[in-house]
Amino acid sequence: MLAARTILDQGITVEGINFFTGFCVEGHTHAIRRRGGSSRPAPRNNALWVADKLGIKLHLVEVVEEYKSVVLNPRHGYGRNLNPCLDCKGFMVRKAHEWMLENDFDFIITGEVVGQRPMSQRRDTMPVIAEESGAGDRLLRPLSAQGLPETFPERAGWVDRSRLHGFHGRTRKPQMALAAELGLDEYAQPAGGCCFLTDQRYSVKLQDLWRSRGRRDYELDDIMLLKVGRHLRPKPHFKLIIGREDGENRFLRGYRHLYPWLRTVSHPGPITLFDGPVLEPVDLELAARITARFSQGRSDRAVALEVGRPGEEPSTLSVAPLSPGEVQPEWYL
Amino acid sequence: MNSEVLDARRLLCPMPVIRTQQMVARMEPGDELTVRCTDPGVLHDIPAWCRVHGHHYLGAIEADDEIVVRITVGG
Repeated sequence: MLAARTILDQGITVEGINFFTGFCVEGHTHAIRRRGGSSRPAPRNNALWVADKLGIKLHLVEVVEEYKSVVLNPRHGYGRNLNPCLDCKGFMVRKAHEWMLENDFDFIITGEVVGQRPMSQRRDTMPVIAEESGAGDRLLRPLSAQGLPETFPERAGWVDRSRLHGFHGRTRKPQMALAAELGLDEYAQPAGGCCFLTDQRYSVKLQDLWRSRGRRDYELDDIMLLKVGRHLRPKPHFKLIIGREDGENRFLRGYRHLYPWLRTVSHPGPITLFDGPVLEPVDLELAARITARFSQGRSDRAVALEVGRPGEEPSTLSVAPLSPGEVQPEWYL
Repeated sequence: MNSEVLDARRLLCPMPVIRTQQMVARMEPGDELTVRCTDPGVLHDIPAWCRVHGHHYLGAIEADDEIVVRITVGG
């Protein structure tokens, strides 16, 4: 937002690009959970909100398939979890550069600040992004430009370098001061956290997915489902995704055409998706008892459930809920 | 004037907005688009997207688990 505003204030036309990888932690992922009875307003897409505030166009670009190579084979490796930050930044700047050429724009700006992030925003890695993306010196970082080599837009006189900034380091205080100076009293979260791949629990679930399928790959539905519900693997060959409240149950219901599912009918409770090759009777009973454990009938002797398979009529069964001690901690992903 | 209907149910934002963007790119000014969604995020995002791109947000109707958004393509 600050980088865009800095360039807009020099009378230059700016349009935004926002890439959707499938791993984005946008408010809408949380909207799945918030909808059921929450008094909080529906969350917003921050990029759209910023564009709206700045009065600029924003182009939303889906890169789910192309992005797989970044996640599965990052040339520069992962961060603390499965976050391939340097490869990711290079990928996005490359895509922005392609968009720039296709749409007759002249250069790219980002909100990067030298030293702000441990992997992708270091003084030694920022030139790597410029080089590997193909953007070269058409990539301008307005917030740190005064501490970086001159770029083409500055040399060409399109941008006044003296009106750019020299921010560096992890502190956000200079950015906050600039925001106040520009009258921007509301802004999106200042400190990262925009990608599920930086999340330890999410990374564990993604690695479990790869391990259970015997290959490192994913589809969009896979990585969306990793964001929702309790994930339990009671047996090596199947996993359960159990809704935690109404919003998640509503979301998971949308996957009944893809996965075998169970839901409690005698008591309020969750819907559970069964992720495994075949729903064998013994597995079905365990899945049903676990589902019953998370229902309001957990203390009763029996809970009735409906069980469905894609393309088939649902059937019903009744089981005794597992006791708390029978739900093994190591099942939780 | 043409009217189109886009099924964006089960998609989470920003996908309904991306699909809307792709559909609108194939339409003419004055055409009307109805978007069927299930993610309540569209109540913020489609109006914001319309504002920044000069399209006209006509409103949304919520019924059961579905949200129906209507827009007119701008010039």
